[in-house]
Amino acid sequence: MILPGEEVVAVIEALGVTHVVWLPDSAIGPWQQALEASKQITLVRVCREGEAWTIAAGLWLGGKRPLVVIQNTGLFESGDALRNVLFDLRLPIFALIGYRGYLVPNSPDTAKRQTEPILNAWGIEHLLIDSVEALPRLQKFYADCQTAGAPGVALIAEGKG
Amino acid sequence: MTSSPHSPSADRAQPTARMPLVPALEVIRDLRGESIVLTTMGSAREWPKFSPHPLDFHYIPSAMGHAPMLGLGLALAQPERDVIAFNGDGCMLMSLGCLVTIIASGAKNLTLIVLENGVYEVTGGQATAGATAGVDFAGMARAAGFLSVASFDDLAEWRAHAAEMLANPGPRFIVLKVARVADHELNAPGPMAERIAKFKAALGVG
Repeated sequence: MILPGEEVVAVIEALGVTHVVWLPDSAIGPWQQALEASKQITLVRVCREGEAWTIAAGLWLGGKRPLVVIQNTGLFESGDALRNVLFDLRLPIFALIGYRGYLVPNSPDTAKRQTEPILNAWGIEHLLIDSVEALPRLQKFYADCQTAGAPGVALIAEGKG
Repeated sequence: MTSSPHSPSADRAQPTARMPLVPALEVIRDLRGESIVLTTMGSAREWPKFSPHPLDFHYIPSAMGHAPMLGLGLALAQPERDVIAFNGDGCMLMSLGCLVTIIASGAKNLTLIVLENGVYEVTGGQATAGATAGVDFAGMARAAGFLSVASFDDLAEWRAHAAEMLANPGPRFIVLKVARVADHELNAPGPMAERIAKFKAALGVG
């Protein structure tokens, strides 16, 4: 499933996001044109996903509203940076994370198998977005996280069912 | 012809000149003006002793290696301010890709200063792989695209050129070859939540 870039970016803009800090995958990558066209969002490209969390932390400390956008494999890679930003600095950073393999029945992909257990182990609230129709739920979830001053993750279902 | 065991480190000249850490830091203290200063590891241990500035942020506890990215985020958020981020050489080795990320971001208001002592000081002084390999951090920064790059191993030279370096077009990359410090205890200078609140207030965003 690939969500249309224009619709995703419209939702991200409605959240008030100022900076998207990303390392895309094949489902998220198609959003690039819409992100670059946005007059509200600055796109920050990282070399490795751990960088995204601490750049987002710096942006937040500096008064901006960042959004981390990475794949679930990047979630695993960025563990120590995520740990520090969310649980040492306790910053309410939000992320869209590509859920590789989610829509593939009986997928042997370990990235698919480990994603939710890892988020649950970290105690990070998360929401599944598995269709364009589900995007409005992202806005409420984001608002709830911000009100609570808590981090949150929206998992973007990927793969072909 | 006979072959003999090859030690890569033997082929590279190891720097013997190093400047004392605290005087090296004090050069920045005296020149920072209203810049944000971000410390981590050894710099976070020493800096609070001589700089109670509201625009100091001590990144401790940290994710080791990530101070440059925290500094980049601050630089992007506060483009009207200069950001000076200290980093250890062991930290720098952990996230060399950040040099490219900084250049790709287009941020010009960031100065990254690597305090290179060749060891993991806080764990008792074990050699870094970079020290063993004779790594050239300044060369790496140039290759990534930094235009303002310098390396100093002499305190008098650093004092003489620091202002000029900080005035060069950014982003800037400076290596200071510093001596190890025997006292490697590292403690957070107060509760993080309190420090964050004060820092954001000083920035005018909290």
